[in-house]
Amino acid sequence: MLTNHAKIMQFFSMANGVTGRKKLQKMIYILQKCNIPFEEKYHFYVYGPYSEELTLRVEELCNFGFLDEIKEDKSNYFQYNYTITNEGEVFLQQFSLDMPNYQVKVDKLKAKSSRFLELVSTMLFFDDFPLKETIEKVHTVKPKQKFTELEITEAIQFIEEIKQS
Amino acid sequence: MAYRDEQLSEEKVFKDPVHRYVHVRDRVIWDLIATPEFQRLRRIKQLGTTNLTFHGAEHSRFNHSLGVYEIVRRIINNFQDRPHWNKEERLLCLCAALLHDLGHGPFSHSFEKVFKLDHEYFTQQIIVGDTKVNQVLERVNPGFSRDVADVIAKTYKDKLVVSLISSQIDADRMDYLQRDAYFTGVSYGHFDMERILRVMRPIEDQVVIKSTGMHAVEDYIMSRYQMYWQVYFHPVTRSAEVILSKILQRAKVLFEAEDFAFKLEPKHFLSFFNEDVKLADYLKLDDSIVFYYFQQWQEENDTILCDLCERFMNRHLFKYVEYSPNQPIDKWMELSGLFVEAGIDPEYYLVLDSSSDLPYDFYRPGEEGERLPINLLMPDGEVKELSRQSDIVEAISGKRRTDHKLYFPKDRIEALTDERIKHRMKEILYN
Repeated sequence: MLTNHAKIMQFFSMANGVTGRKKLQKMIYILQKCNIPFEEKYHFYVYGPYSEELTLRVEELCNFGFLDEIKEDKSNYFQYNYTITNEGEVFLQQFSLDMPNYQVKVDKLKAKSSRFLELVSTMLFFDDFPLKETIEKVHTVKPKQKFTELEITEAIQFIEEIKQS
Repeated sequence: MAYRDEQLSEEKVFKDPVHRYVHVRDRVIWDLIATPEFQRLRRIKQLGTTNLTFHGAEHSRFNHSLGVYEIVRRIINNFQDRPHWNKEERLLCLCAALLHDLGHGPFSHSFEKVFKLDHEYFTQQIIVGDTKVNQVLERVNPGFSRDVADVIAKTYKDKLVVSLISSQIDADRMDYLQRDAYFTGVSYGHFDMERILRVMRPIEDQVVIKSTGMHAVEDYIMSRYQMYWQVYFHPVTRSAEVILSKILQRAKVLFEAEDFAFKLEPKHFLSFFNEDVKLADYLKLDDSIVFYYFQQWQEENDTILCDLCERFMNRHLFKYVEYSPNQPIDKWMELSGLFVEAGIDPEYYLVLDSSSDLPYDFYRPGEEGERLPINLLMPDGEVKELSRQSDIVEAISGKRRTDHKLYFPKDRIEALTDERIKHRMKEILYN
């Protein structure tokens, strides 16, 4: 009961806040692909893998008063920042979650931009294809992003790194 | 003549209560409908447990799939010779429309939740895997099955094609709203689809609506809003779904227990319990098989499984109270403790269920949205987002409505002999 909510809360606690909805979506997806047992279902949307279930869960946590959502006006767009509240900490303490320690992965993900995580998560979405086809697919589904060769090479290295960390 | 262009000697029609007729002329479509994987959809109800609330809701995924195909067929007919429309994509669109729900299983929502499955994954597997559907598609041309799977997964290169099947105003939703309204008998869910189809226009990477059709679209969005809250999230239907999920959860727990042996080997469920569901096993399951097991499980040596199955089969459902997320968590913990004290396992008999819907989500450039908006084509050729033109749509744009309910067996509480526990339980539940 509410275990999946608690898992997300634990993530926010480890991340010490997350900036941006897109970044949040991609972080959880990449963690899932690293076998961290989050259960939110993902499908492919505008910015790559996206989970309606995660959006809903985060909204519920905000409604419960466990997360604080701050909408920041960045002049040409809005950004949403999430931090855990005191009530959220109390809620989390009531659970003993069966999760591996993934703090290092969270730190690595947090240090990256949402554009980079969009690329990484899109590559992971097509990871059952051979690498060459994965790259082709990234360009096919995201022609407007114009990801460079350098970014793609960095993404490949990052995927290896984060899976091993 | 190439198989992809082959036409039936005369048009075939399916009589349909929503669209009057579903027209088939392409040999490929006719062959796809005849495959066992597509015929299986006849044995899966479109609305799962909704028939326990609205008794007319007995229609199947087969009906809906044909309906979506028919709507896309009509849209494409209207798009012929319009700029931006690539006629080469016609058959691909029709196949994707027909097959978009192919991976649904019986009571998908509950099965997916308990066994951590995803019907979209199985749709992909049926289309690209070793199936009759795949054989038909690959006869069109090698790699065609992959293209159909990509359109359904929203990863196909041509976003205009994808938007016909999945967007905020797509053929899928236009069919299910009308069909579900028809079969449930509710008066919501009706809108002027003919009008919407007439004002749809293809542009570079999406479908837009001529601004003169805005009011028809407003009506469609309101229908969607009403249907979600009046039909899809009906609390009684959700009660049945809660029980169904708990049956599956209990059966899995018993399967994993070393000291329990089923009287009837649950062979159709084995791969589900082992969380290693092969496509062949998945395709064998349908509504009738599930009902057969639920009937049989009423005689198993487990009081929880027997009771839950009896409740589901005889519509002896859980009652519910509204649950406020702001309620102190210690009350909830106390209630759960009282259930344990009373010998009613809260894992199966005290369930929080949440429903949530976002009737229309706008997207403004630069904002962190994920859904493409509905765009209007203005008389001067400019494209404007719907909620900026429509006050009605603006009023509900981006506003999610969420509803939390706590489900429990009221009859078990009423039957308690310990007045202290009973009184305190009721106090927490009803105050």
